[in-house]
Amino acid sequence: MGQYVVRRLLQMIPVFIGATLLIFLMVNVMGDPVAGLCGDRQCDPATAARLRKEFGLDKPVGQQYLTYLANVFTGDFGTAFNGRPVTELMSSAFPVTVRLTVVAVLFEIVIGITLGVVTGLRRGRPVDTTVLLITLVVISVPTFVTGLLLQLLLGVEWGWIKPSVSTDATFDELIVPGLVLASVSLAYVTRLTRTSIAENRRSDYVRTAIAKGLPRRRVVTRHLLRNSLIPVVTFIGTDIGALMGGAIVTERIFNIHGVGYQLYQGILRQNTQTVVGFVTVLVLVFLVANLLVDLLYAVLDPRIRYA
Amino acid sequence: MLLEVRDLYVEFRTRDGVAKAVNGVGYGVDAGETLAVLGESGSGKSVTAQTIMGILDVPPGRITGGEVLFQGKDLLTLKEEERRKVRGAQMAMIFQDALSSLNPVLSVGDQLGEMFVVHRGLSRKDARARAIELMDRVRIPGAGQRVRDYPHQFSGGMRQRIMIAMALALEPALIIADEPTTALDVTVQAQVMDLLAELQREYDMGLILITHDLGVVADVADRIAVMYAGRIVESAPVHDVYKAPAHPYTRGLLDSIPRLDQKGRELYAIKGLPPNLMDIPPGCAFHPRCPMAQDVCRTDEPPLYEVSEDRGSACHFWRECLHG
Repeated sequence: MGQYVVRRLLQMIPVFIGATLLIFLMVNVMGDPVAGLCGDRQCDPATAARLRKEFGLDKPVGQQYLTYLANVFTGDFGTAFNGRPVTELMSSAFPVTVRLTVVAVLFEIVIGITLGVVTGLRRGRPVDTTVLLITLVVISVPTFVTGLLLQLLLGVEWGWIKPSVSTDATFDELIVPGLVLASVSLAYVTRLTRTSIAENRRSDYVRTAIAKGLPRRRVVTRHLLRNSLIPVVTFIGTDIGALMGGAIVTERIFNIHGVGYQLYQGILRQNTQTVVGFVTVLVLVFLVANLLVDLLYAVLDPRIRYA
Repeated sequence: MLLEVRDLYVEFRTRDGVAKAVNGVGYGVDAGETLAVLGESGSGKSVTAQTIMGILDVPPGRITGGEVLFQGKDLLTLKEEERRKVRGAQMAMIFQDALSSLNPVLSVGDQLGEMFVVHRGLSRKDARARAIELMDRVRIPGAGQRVRDYPHQFSGGMRQRIMIAMALALEPALIIADEPTTALDVTVQAQVMDLLAELQREYDMGLILITHDLGVVADVADRIAVMYAGRIVESAPVHDVYKAPAHPYTRGLLDSIPRLDQKGRELYAIKGLPPNLMDIPPGCAFHPRCPMAQDVCRTDEPPLYEVSEDRGSACHFWRECLHG
């Protein structure tokens, strides 16, 4: 197991280099990193040249990339559009998004898996059909529609929540945004669990568990659910990365100053440093989330042994 | 009589129609007795066993008639909760494929110990100790260490021993073994079968052995019940059957056993295929495949004729079969 973790960590190095190189090339070579610095007007050539020299953009691309990597490893992600270091933006944005993601993942786990188990055990019955239909609707409707609709109804019309989240972004403020962010994944988790449960319900070991005279509850939780959760865990694990980076729409709607919001601002103002910095960290988050999923696999399924 | 199945009917309702899996089966087992239930796939032998155990999938399965008397009580009229307490504790089942029948993500110790935790209210620690005892009992080497292992870490024979240990855990009065050795290597089959027979004697349990291996039957069974299309076609003490079968289907089964003294000759096989359970032939269900079939077989369903005091045959021509 220890050996496997080391190997996986080593494998992450080329993936990290490849991903960051791609981001770097896209932003620095295909776009013009200086263009955004002069605001809406075009930079005058003299200023542009000075800026290029200042940021080392006149050097070869390869060298620029290495400088960038070296800076990343020393924790220097450059300066954002407002003159503050990108790391400062990160330290304010990431805790907010992490809280939002935690709320979203909790919704996925608690509601998604519960609904999945209930429908999987009652396949073809009215409960199942109804939930299936709802998940289909949730999957089909874009997040900005669900988000705006809930904001309008709960926040403006009925006044149950504040329509916009404060800068503190506490957990209770993030409940509705978290639900909106989780909605599509929640629907997928429900369907995934449902299929998995329905499939395993007819398996031999479940029949054995029933033949042992175990109470139904124990058969479902201890025997059926544990086996059925293996694919669900994979999905939720990889989804953590997606939720952290993909909260742009939700964070915009509820005015949450998290990663998605900063990333959006960075793109809008063509601030290379912010965009590259945040995406680099998100790449790391993805990699770590995937590693955790693989390790969790071995815990859930002892047949998977990492030698 | 420890267990008596009377006139049991089970059907499966599917989109394509109703499959009549069990059509009036009756058999019984005494304590310490071994009944071998013989038949091809689809003859209803496993469905009958599942009905006795109360693990039939309902729906699509449906019990449409009959009684399952266990120690005098009709199990089919019990409430599910009472039924559950009988399962595992008073009657247990051993399945064919131990690898898929054991839970892949729980250690064998957990799966064995669970019986004591649920039925006897033992603590996890005590249950684990009992699990080790059980593994010793079925002669799994190094039980103390192996109790933490998972099913996939055992060989096929060892896995089936674990299944047997699980069935024996609470010393039930009846064990149903559904083709317990089919998935095993021939060399291991005999060991597992001997172990099962030995433990049965020791605990004086009734054993229903579902099989299509006539070799196994001859060694361990006291009685044979032969099933075809969801009915018992012949029921008799094991030696009588081997001496002279009283049903042409039983005869066909016996003739299908490869024999050393007939080496080189083509193997005998009963012609035709088992009947479609959604469309069982009228009269005797076996008549399309029967070498002795007459007109009466196509119209009249034969009852289970009494051949002798403890022997029955559902063939209009059982006399001819017995003496021919």
